[in-house]
Amino acid sequence: MLADKDRIFTNVYGFQPWALDAARKRGDWDNTKELLSKAQDDIIEEIKASGLRGRGGAGFPTGMKWSFMPKESKDGRPSFLVINADESEPGSCKDREIIRHDPHKLIEGALCAGYAMRARAAYIYIRGEYIREAETLQAAIDEAYDAGLIGKNASGTGYDFDVFMHRGAGAYICGEETAMIESLEGKKGQPRLKPPFPAGAGLYGCPTTVNNVESIAVVPTILRRGASWFASFGREGNKGTKLFQISGHVERPCVVEEAMSITFEELIEKHCGGIRGGWDNLLAVIPGGSSVPLVPAEQIRHARMDFDGLKELGSGLGTAGVIVMDKSTDIVRAISRLSYFYKHESCGQCTPCREGTGWMWRVMTRLETGDADIEEIDMLYNVTKQVEGHTICALGDAAAWPIQGLLRHFRPEIERRIAERSGGLREAAE
Amino acid sequence: MAARKIAADTPELRERWGGWTFTDDNRAKADWHIKKYPEGRQKSAVMPLLDLAQRQVGAETDTQGWLPLPVIEYVADYLDMPVIRVLEVATFYTMYNLEPVGKFHVQVCGTTPCMLRGSDGIIAACKARGMKPGHISDDGLWSFTEVECMGNCATAPMVQINDDNYEDLTAERLDKVLDALAAGEQPKTGTQEPGRHTSEPANALSSLKEMVSENHDYRGEW
Repeated sequence: MLADKDRIFTNVYGFQPWALDAARKRGDWDNTKELLSKAQDDIIEEIKASGLRGRGGAGFPTGMKWSFMPKESKDGRPSFLVINADESEPGSCKDREIIRHDPHKLIEGALCAGYAMRARAAYIYIRGEYIREAETLQAAIDEAYDAGLIGKNASGTGYDFDVFMHRGAGAYICGEETAMIESLEGKKGQPRLKPPFPAGAGLYGCPTTVNNVESIAVVPTILRRGASWFASFGREGNKGTKLFQISGHVERPCVVEEAMSITFEELIEKHCGGIRGGWDNLLAVIPGGSSVPLVPAEQIRHARMDFDGLKELGSGLGTAGVIVMDKSTDIVRAISRLSYFYKHESCGQCTPCREGTGWMWRVMTRLETGDADIEEIDMLYNVTKQVEGHTICALGDAAAWPIQGLLRHFRPEIERRIAERSGGLREAAE
Repeated sequence: MAARKIAADTPELRERWGGWTFTDDNRAKADWHIKKYPEGRQKSAVMPLLDLAQRQVGAETDTQGWLPLPVIEYVADYLDMPVIRVLEVATFYTMYNLEPVGKFHVQVCGTTPCMLRGSDGIIAACKARGMKPGHISDDGLWSFTEVECMGNCATAPMVQINDDNYEDLTAERLDKVLDALAAGEQPKTGTQEPGRHTSEPANALSSLKEMVSENHDYRGEW
């Protein structure tokens, strides 16, 4: 188990105040000027060497993402850092804990990352429903300005850097980076076609990098303790510590920071008090937030909770929002409810997603009760394949994958419901 | 996509809301928001301004607030934007109420993580008190919406009522919260699980135990 001294988010449960003086006593904003005395490219190299991969779901190497930003502005356009705090993926509830209990890690991280990528300012886009969390974050930003940590000559470095908070208003799609940029510009959050990529033309047409809250908030600690410390956790290609969020049918759901590549069994036993009703009662797990396919019980128990370990099982680490389902779960309904979610959150821009999410949800509701023909299972699978990869953003994929996971692992259950219902109807007719 | 329509543009609506403006206090807040964005990019502030407007309407009507068309037009004018661009934003984002709501907007999360922990029972408890979607209770107190994942999955099931979350609910715990609100009291927000602080393993902390009693600095152990 990860030692407490190696946890980055020591106030993740909010037992202590979030405010600046308390955060400083825990080590935040400790001689930030010295961290930023290094050249920008050296900081980027340090983050690359740490093996940090983006914590928002896709797992793209963070240092490499920063290196795509221009080293100088040839035409006077400023660069921007946009921090994605639009946490809305079902099963994910980690950024909320960072923002309301350790906001100064995020703000200090914004300064460090912004400096490294030569950004003029950071916009933190926080989901609208995080109302109290946004109040805390804004108060923390105000404290940091008052203490001279950000703003003109931030932390005495001679570098001017602003941090602004922007609240969303209830649209999951704004977690997609180009939809977030559209929303920041005061428009509907509908994703943009790429290219151009945000690093070339993002917010207001300026070079922009969008990073998840957790990716940014771990940066100051990595710089203080060194890339090799961070890289000492987890397997090759899956380095570091990570906030896991365990929900559903465990004895004690929780958010907890652990080393990457911990096994599922250890994670659950050490922190969650086990599966409700014991391991024999486990049915399936969605290991990375609602967008990744489920993994059945027998495959997940000894799985490594990291990018590669879960990819091998046909799923993914995503945001590490681990949704646990025991044998009392109506698995078809559990996935059908996710189909409703994607139907509700589709932005309506691309036809395969706008029409497909509704269509898939309607078929899923019939599969719940078995009110379908056997052939419709394959038809549904084919439709998920026609939605997947045929939309501007990944919401179409995210709507397709949970259904594909269900069909891959629980097809007999769906067939049983159809047979039971049609058998029952036949008997009633006789 | 979420089906969302604005309230009909009637003479009564114009009569009630025509000429609506921000209060001085909200005008100052609006201008503070606008300053966060580069010059000429003031329309970036459309979301915070719609939120301010909805809250002001809420204060004026003793409800959570909503966005009548004349108010949307005022925001468009304030930001020098075409009304349709503001209307697009107001209809796209689900937190903008397009029709009147009650004093308390009870938003129950029904997405899978909450469903697994019993949100069906929470929704049933709301229905048992006469709440239903798109309807204000006769006493004007309650509006009800089943919403999508609110990001409280480790403390599920949950409900957001206006600005506060109530987590780790059972039907009985929800009833207590609603009774208190109806009586004009402010119930404890956050988790309703006895002995639980926030999202730690309830009553069985598995890490960071020093932090409970002191603001522990772990750097000495690095």
